[in-house]
Amino acid sequence: MAKGANNGFEPRIVGFLCRWCSYTGADLAGTSRTRYPPNLTGIRVMCSGRVDPTFVVQALADGADGVLIAGCHPGDCHYSEGNYKALRRHRMLMNLLEQLGIDRQRVRLEWVSASEGSRFAEIVTDMTEKLRALGPLHPRRPALLETAVAPGAEVHG
Amino acid sequence: MVTLTIDGKAIAAEAGLTVLQAASDAGIHIPTLCSHESLSPYGACRFCMVEVSQRGRHRLVTSCTLPVAEGMDVQTRSERVLRIRRVLAELMLARCPESTVIRDLAGELGVTASRMRPLTDVVSTIVSQSGCILCGMCVRLCDDVLKIGALAFEGRGARRRVTTPFRQPSDACLTCGACSSICPTHAIEHLRIRPHAPRPIPSEFEYGMTGRKPIYIPFPQAVPRVPVIDQSTCLYFKTGGCKVCEDNCGARAIDHAQQDQIRQLQVGTAVIATGFSLFDGGQMPRYGYGRYKNVFSALEFERLCHAGGPTGGRILTREGEPPASVAILHCIGSRDENHLRYCSRVCCMYSLKFAHLVKEKTGAEVYNLYIDVRASGKGYEEFYKRVLGEDVQFIRGKAAEVTDVAESPEERGKLIVVCEDTLLGLVRRIAVDMVILSSGLRPAEGAEKVAQAFALSCSRGEFFLERHPKLAPVDTASDGIFLAGACQGPKDIPDSVAQGGAAAAAALVLMDRGRFVLEPVTAEINAELCAGCKMCIANCPYTAIRYDPEQKVSVVTVELCKGCGTCVGGCPSGAARQDNFEDVQIFAEIKGALAPA
Repeated sequence: MAKGANNGFEPRIVGFLCRWCSYTGADLAGTSRTRYPPNLTGIRVMCSGRVDPTFVVQALADGADGVLIAGCHPGDCHYSEGNYKALRRHRMLMNLLEQLGIDRQRVRLEWVSASEGSRFAEIVTDMTEKLRALGPLHPRRPALLETAVAPGAEVHG
Repeated sequence: MVTLTIDGKAIAAEAGLTVLQAASDAGIHIPTLCSHESLSPYGACRFCMVEVSQRGRHRLVTSCTLPVAEGMDVQTRSERVLRIRRVLAELMLARCPESTVIRDLAGELGVTASRMRPLTDVVSTIVSQSGCILCGMCVRLCDDVLKIGALAFEGRGARRRVTTPFRQPSDACLTCGACSSICPTHAIEHLRIRPHAPRPIPSEFEYGMTGRKPIYIPFPQAVPRVPVIDQSTCLYFKTGGCKVCEDNCGARAIDHAQQDQIRQLQVGTAVIATGFSLFDGGQMPRYGYGRYKNVFSALEFERLCHAGGPTGGRILTREGEPPASVAILHCIGSRDENHLRYCSRVCCMYSLKFAHLVKEKTGAEVYNLYIDVRASGKGYEEFYKRVLGEDVQFIRGKAAEVTDVAESPEERGKLIVVCEDTLLGLVRRIAVDMVILSSGLRPAEGAEKVAQAFALSCSRGEFFLERHPKLAPVDTASDGIFLAGACQGPKDIPDSVAQGGAAAAAALVLMDRGRFVLEPVTAEINAELCAGCKMCIANCPYTAIRYDPEQKVSVVTVELCKGCGTCVGGCPSGAARQDNFEDVQIFAEIKGALAPA
C-alpha cells in the first residue's frame, strides 16, 4: 500500500461541509489565501446532520480515497444538535466500514467553525498526507494504474 | 385641613403636621438645629421656639413638637421669642465657644459674647465634644433609625456627653458616617469611633479611584438615570434600620423591598452590542500593573482626564501630584503571540490623545513607546502629525519592563521604563512619574454565553463572526440577529456608530416587511413511502415534524422547518426529502467531484 506514497499518488477526497461553520471556514481559508492541497472537493450541505451514511458509501464506491464530514463544534450547531446526529451516524458507519476492511482514517468527522480557516487547511493537509501514505482505496481505479505502471509506459483510461 | 396664622399670614395646613413643618411649607423660616425628616420631633435645641396665641392665651412653645390647630396664631419673630433665642444662643456659645455654626447663629441674633461662664471642664470622649450641643440627633439616628446603637449619652446635667460604650473605639460602629453628616454643628468625627481605619466602597465606574455610597447612580450617563441600591453595603440590608433615603426622596420613589428580576422579552429581531473588555495589564506582570500605584490602565487614565472624574479632570499621580513625566506604553496585550495576536486598532489613537492631553494639561515630558503607529482613518494621520509637533517623544520599541529599582540617584522614587530604542539601537531606561498601559481589546466577559444563546459563530475567546466580511458585515449566521460595535471586532467610536446604525436599519427592514421569508431548503415527507417510524420526529430540533395518526405518517410543518435536513439524513425508508438538497442531487455532486479531470 505504502508504495503509492512515493509514486506521485494523489488521493481524491470528498468533503461534506456544513453550510454555516465548515463551508464558511473553508471559504475563509480561501479568502485568507491559506495554502492547502487541492485534493478535497467540497459538497455543501445545510448541516452535517444531512449527511446520509449512503453518501459516504457512495463516494467511496465512486472512487473517492477518503471522505471528510465537517460540522460545527459541539454546542455550536446552527440547528442546535445536527452535529450530534452526524457524530452518531459516523460511529455506526465506522463499524460498517471496518467490517468492509476500509481503514478508519479514510472517513473522518471533524469540527471546523466558521472562523477556523487555518484549522480547515490543517485538516485537509493532514488527511491528504495520511491518505497518500495509505494509498488508493480502489485497486481498479485508473489513478492506481497511473501510479502502478512503470514510468513512461502507456496509460490506459 | 386646618387654618392658622403664622406671622400674620393665613395658612392652610394638613392636620397632623407640626407648626415647624407648616411654616417651612409656607416658606416661613424658623431657625432650628435638631429637626430632621428621618427623626421624630424631640425639642432638644429649643431654637424653634415660637409664641402661640390661642383662645386669648399666649405661650412659648417649641414649634417642632407643636401640632397645628384650628385658629392658632403663631408669632415666629416676636420680641419675646427673639429674647429667648438670644439667651439660648448665649448658653450655647458658653458651651461651644469654638463652633462656627453656633457663632454664626448667635451673630444673626446679634449675640457676639456670652454672659455665662464658658464650660471648660468638658470630658473629652471618642466623639469630638468641642461643638456638641447635646441635641442627641446622632444618638437617636444611630439607635432608633439605623438600629446600630454605637453611640449613647452618658452622665447628667453639665456632665452629659455623647460617647461610645466605655469611651472606647467600638466595633459596633459600621462607619456609615450618618452621625457626622446629621450633626448640626459638625462636631462628630465618625472615623474616630471605629477601631480600624474604614475602607471606602470603591466606585466601580471610577475604577476604585473614588468611593461611592451604597445608593448611587452607576455613572453619569446611565440609562435610565436613576440611583440603584447596593444590597451588600446598604445599612438597611445589614441592620433592618436606616431607610433615610426613603425619607429624603420627595417623590417617594425608593422601595427597599424591590428584588432583582429576570425579564423575558419576546422579540423578532435582536442587535447584539455587547462590546469589549479591556485586556488586563495584570496578565503581563513585567509592567507592574497592580504592583506599582502609578501604573495606570488606559480606562483609569481616561477617568483621570475626564472633567467629571475622580480628580475633576486634573491629571495627577496617586500621590495627588501632577506628574513631571509620563510614559505611554503601546500594544499591551495586542500584537502579542502570547496574548492577543491581533492589532486592537484603537490604542494608537487613544494613546496619541493621552499624549496630547498630558501635554496640554500638565506640560509633562511624554514618552510614547510604540511598535508602529497605526493612524489609519479620517483625520487620524493629521492628528498624529499634530502630536509629533507638540514636543512629545516617540520611541520605537516595545517596553520591556517597568521597575522601581533605581540604578542612579535621578531614578530614585520614580518608575523606570526599560526599553530598546530600535531607531537609536540603544537600550534605554526612562524614569517617569506615571505609566499608562495602552491595553488592547478583547471580547466582553460572558461573550461565549451570548454566542451560545444566539447561535453565533465564534471560537473561544474570539469576537463574534459576521455572516460575510464584505457583503454581510452586520448579519450573523442566525437570521434576525445583527451585530453592532466592538463585539464583532476591535472598533473605534465612528465605526461602532456606523455599524450600529446599519444593524438597526437591518433589524427594521425585517420588522417593517412584516413577512417571513422561508429558506428554499425545507424538508418534506412523502406519505406514500413513510413507514411511520417517527425517527424523523426525534431528529428534528424544531418540533417541525408531527405524526398524523390517521394517515400513520409523519408530516413536516414547513413554517417551522429551518432546512437542516437532519431528518432526511436519518430517514430509513427514504421518504424524507429536502428541497434543493435532494439525494439525487448530492449523488450527482459526488459523481461530479470524482469525475476524471
